[in-house]
Amino acid sequence: MITIAGAGLAGLACAYELLERGQPVTVYERAEGIGSASASRYAGGMLAPWCERESAEAPVVTLGSRAFDWWARITPVHRRGTLVVAPRRDRTELRRFARRTTAYREVDAADIARLEPELQGRFDSGLFFDREAHLDPRRALRDLAACVTERGGVIRLGTPAPERVDLDCTGMAAPLPDLRAVRGEMAVLRSPDVRIRRTLRLLHPRTPLYLVPRGAGIYMLGATMVESDHDGPPTLRALMELLGAAFALSPALAEAEVVEIGAGLRPAFPDNLPRLDQRDGTLFLNGLYRHGFLLAPAMAAAAADQIMEMRHGNPREFRTA
Amino acid sequence: MILYGTELTSRLFLGTAQYPSPAILQEAIRASGCAVATVSLRREGAQGSGAAFRALMQETGVRILPNTAGCHSVREAVTTAHMAREVFQTRWIKLEVIGHADTLQPDVFGLVEAARILSADGFQVFPYTTEDLVVGERLLAAGCEVLMPWGAPIGSGRGVVNPEGLRAMRAHFPEVPLVVDAGIGRPSDAAVAMEMGMDAVLVNTAVARAGAPVAMARAMAQAVEAGRMGHGADPMDRRDMAVPSTPVLGLAELI
Repeated sequence: MITIAGAGLAGLACAYELLERGQPVTVYERAEGIGSASASRYAGGMLAPWCERESAEAPVVTLGSRAFDWWARITPVHRRGTLVVAPRRDRTELRRFARRTTAYREVDAADIARLEPELQGRFDSGLFFDREAHLDPRRALRDLAACVTERGGVIRLGTPAPERVDLDCTGMAAPLPDLRAVRGEMAVLRSPDVRIRRTLRLLHPRTPLYLVPRGAGIYMLGATMVESDHDGPPTLRALMELLGAAFALSPALAEAEVVEIGAGLRPAFPDNLPRLDQRDGTLFLNGLYRHGFLLAPAMAAAAADQIMEMRHGNPREFRTA
Repeated sequence: MILYGTELTSRLFLGTAQYPSPAILQEAIRASGCAVATVSLRREGAQGSGAAFRALMQETGVRILPNTAGCHSVREAVTTAHMAREVFQTRWIKLEVIGHADTLQPDVFGLVEAARILSADGFQVFPYTTEDLVVGERLLAAGCEVLMPWGAPIGSGRGVVNPEGLRAMRAHFPEVPLVVDAGIGRPSDAAVAMEMGMDAVLVNTAVARAGAPVAMARAMAQAVEAGRMGHGADPMDRRDMAVPSTPVLGLAELI
């Protein structure tokens, strides 16, 4: 029996991978509900390795590319691509984004109108990353928990983990000295009149924004990046910037209802890449930062392999980059 | 270079925002050998909540110059400065009072007032200002011993857009340390500012958002050093006509 602390994204993904390897697992979660205390609650749910490469290092693409099929086995994955646009005055941001990324095609006003009629006439150039996808993070976490349970995994909600566990996936609660929090603030909008089908990114030198459709007129709007471990509600400034940018994306969103606002803490290491740490017989998976859904599958597979090796001396090859 | 009684080993200041990761920022600080790094309290959120990021900065041994970036009023800037003094345990404050949300131009009226309040309260103020001479005089009268004129609007990367203005500043304030803040986009921009006799430059976006931030940090450091050395080496004057640089004696005279 492998014991795991934390039934957030990392813990459940590891449980799934261990079950795939025929290992029984028990996952302990302090919170009463799946995902209620998880950083992924406020995630965008984008599977966007090529866009993320704009500011992240290469492993985001190499590790992230396996996320699409992994998630598709568990939860609906919408492979509709990402459309990146910038207002005319920030066109240099678009050029810079294009220089740092791959796997896109340049699109003009007509292409943009075809892809997302809602944006017709608003932007005359953009980048389309047609291989990218998105999912609904809260549903995905529930579906992942259901998969774990179906395969015989045990999830103990409202139960603190025992003193010693095999695998620690407790995010910001983990006792790792170089772990820090990067705060993110988001809003959820409901606008049945606005029809946007794929993830949109609006580039801006100070407040870049993404909008992810959740279906049924629901949109997630994110997200700020603040070097802070304060997990209080979003600030007025953050919301003003996010909502203002959404309005710049499409004035029709002005009539949207703001159905939720929230702030979460992303656990991150100094290089903003996830890592496996072995300390006193416990393996720690942490630092998924803003790439939880993208990198959890690869990191969970690596963690499961390492645990199998520790348990059974059954080494399997894994390279992180 | 001595600023407020502190001797600094480098004439490059680095801003710490917008890097791909703190690890890359640390490496950029080390590679550039910069002596001062500016940190925004705003970007760190509520007071004291960015301790992890601060610890990463302090690991590099760089001196921290907290700033009041994003403040739009005197009161906001003064409050932020007080928080910064407490959090960073320093009297240094880079004072920004933004007057225009779109261009991020300093509100020089508010700036002078905030500088007066903070100087009287024991702060050592580094005011982010324009190249206006009268504003410079008022800031000095308010207690500032350093001026930070802009090269171009923040984040624009346009270099020194008004060289005559900065030259006039240098001439009017020969003894005052001048640090060009904002607008430096390339190493050549930093070199131009230093050749004009500026005492230092502050760079953020140009390094943080470069494709290879660490290499760019090093390039900026070398440009600052080259520009400073060039300034001290009494550069030649420009001429309208070519002047042969090899001796003309002994050339054949064609008849």
